[in-house]
Amino acid sequence: MLAMNNIGKVFTTDVVQTHALQDFTLQVDEGDFLAVTGTSGSGKTTFLNVAGLLETFDSGQYTLDGQNIKGLNDKQRSQLRNEKIGFIFQSFNLIPDLNLFDNVDVPLRYRGFNGAQRKERILQSLERVGLGKRLRHFPAQLSGGQQQRVAIARALAGSPRFLLADEPTGNLDSDMAQSVMGLLQEINQSGTTIIMVTHDQALAKLAQRKIIVRDGKVCDIGVSTIGLQPQELSAPRV
Amino acid sequence: MFRYYCKLALNSILQAKVHSSLTILTVALGIAACTIVLTLLHSMSSNPVAHKSEQLFRVQLDNWDPNQAAVSPDLPPEFVTWTDAQNIVQAKQAKRQSASAITWGMVNPAEQGLTPFLALMRVTGKDFFPMFDVPFLFGAGWGETTEQNNEYVVVLSKEINQQVFNGANSVGQTLSMLGATFTVVGVLNDWHLSPKFYDMSYGAFSDPEEIYLPFGLKAIFELPHGGITNCWKPVESERYEAFLHSECTNFQLWVELDEPREKTQFNDYLTHYVEQQKSLGRFPRPMNNRLLNVNQWLEYKQVVKQDIQIMFWLSVMFLLVCLINAASLLSAKLHTKHSEIGLRRALGANFGQIIMQYSLEVIIVGLCGGILGVLLAVAGLQGVASLYAGYGQLIELNVSITLGVILLAVAGTVIAGLVPVYSACRPVPAMQLKQ
Repeated sequence: MLAMNNIGKVFTTDVVQTHALQDFTLQVDEGDFLAVTGTSGSGKTTFLNVAGLLETFDSGQYTLDGQNIKGLNDKQRSQLRNEKIGFIFQSFNLIPDLNLFDNVDVPLRYRGFNGAQRKERILQSLERVGLGKRLRHFPAQLSGGQQQRVAIARALAGSPRFLLADEPTGNLDSDMAQSVMGLLQEINQSGTTIIMVTHDQALAKLAQRKIIVRDGKVCDIGVSTIGLQPQELSAPRV
Repeated sequence: MFRYYCKLALNSILQAKVHSSLTILTVALGIAACTIVLTLLHSMSSNPVAHKSEQLFRVQLDNWDPNQAAVSPDLPPEFVTWTDAQNIVQAKQAKRQSASAITWGMVNPAEQGLTPFLALMRVTGKDFFPMFDVPFLFGAGWGETTEQNNEYVVVLSKEINQQVFNGANSVGQTLSMLGATFTVVGVLNDWHLSPKFYDMSYGAFSDPEEIYLPFGLKAIFELPHGGITNCWKPVESERYEAFLHSECTNFQLWVELDEPREKTQFNDYLTHYVEQQKSLGRFPRPMNNRLLNVNQWLEYKQVVKQDIQIMFWLSVMFLLVCLINAASLLSAKLHTKHSEIGLRRALGANFGQIIMQYSLEVIIVGLCGGILGVLLAVAGLQGVASLYAGYGQLIELNVSITLGVILLAVAGTVIAGLVPVYSACRPVPAMQLKQ
């Protein structure tokens, strides 16, 4: 499903070269819930950006859903991203000028769905995250947890194969974090592959698999305690 | 997607009302300044008889002082004498020929129950009307016999016909003026040559005369010499006839020549005529005849003053400055949009779609700037017209200039705006999301 072999990514400035990823090798199967942990600057966000086609890579091979990413042009990458990947960001990244309906509508517009299809998907996904009655609200009128739910609805609206989450509970208090994690587990159980970057070891335990990234490499792969419930989490690190 | 982009663009413009208004105003000011000068320049430099400007020629003969040229360094006078005007018109060596001059006189429309008034008049030949494509509302000019017999006929402007005859067809009606009774043979339709190339004595953009009458009547009624009169030696006496037979120049002489061959023949005729006059003791200077077509004449008269041309380039520079400012404002606005651009990219928008979305916003801003600019330009041109009498005809924006200006505004804003749009969209999405 998602296979990275010896991926390398170097950020170059006038004074320094930073090897964000080195020989990064990883395989994620369909239906996985993978937690990616590591210290700050270890390369986990760079991995997520490369995996989500938000960033290019310098060396190695990356195959997403059977498609070789190397050599795709911007339009092809954008289309692949739109069809197969949903994103959840730590800071929610909702567009403040748009109401919930229009925020969820954004990826569907680029997908080319017609009006009726878009409306159906938007309503379904907002219902799924419990915000079906707040279509005309703007992000500023919602709590942090609700905003993250909108972001999840937006990510789910296009029925992606992969959900990439970058510290999805990083800006939430423990109750909201539990609620969001519960939602992610539910989504995973319905078949969507989730890759979640987190600092929080307790959150990582909720995933089926966990990898630790250090100095741009995968240095440890393990299986988490499956069946741990979100309610058993300690408060997330802020 | 186009409707979606329009919705996003309008949303973005309305979300930042002050910023958008400033950008639109900046574009509008540049466009307005450029349009005002462009309109003036266009009107001034336009050729009102472009279709026959190569066939109409201003005749100049050098009857001037042997010791000093009429116009430095060695040019003949712009006008001709009564003698030369009469001789050359009567010789009929061109397809058409017309000598004319401005004059004025009292009109006394007592029959119509109106009080007397002073009218600006033009004495001219019958060929004047077909030569300059003068449009008639009623009737026509006078004919050959009428001219030869110095019959008392007049052609009225539309305004005078309105004033005296309430705009009715006055052909065949009589009009008292200059102490005699004249018969109306024609009424002109709206006619404002711009520039009034055939006689720029009162300015290139002055109004046309109100009443036209046969050239020969000038001598009969001893009509005053309007326009510009130049003499290089004193008139022998104060008698009116003495002026007519003097070397004073006051008359515009135009001829119509269709073919280059006709021009050559007419030039030969002028040479022959001047030699003949020399043998009679006139034309002491060397042969210096000139035939300038309409374009050459406008250029010689410098109808488009150099300062207007400089103003035009200054206004273009001002427009450029405005567009650069607009680009800066757009750039500042887009700087706050990096995160949204990154997000849209992450959600599946490709580079082209993002460029399209923000370009549409820039186009709408440019379009608004163009429309506001045209409105400001109309107001500005009216201001110019009220400040400078005689420029009234120049205030109207024509359709091509208006559309051209709006196109210029949109194109200029898009060109200026695409730079910040392009640079805002260029980074990879991950970089934009960080911002």
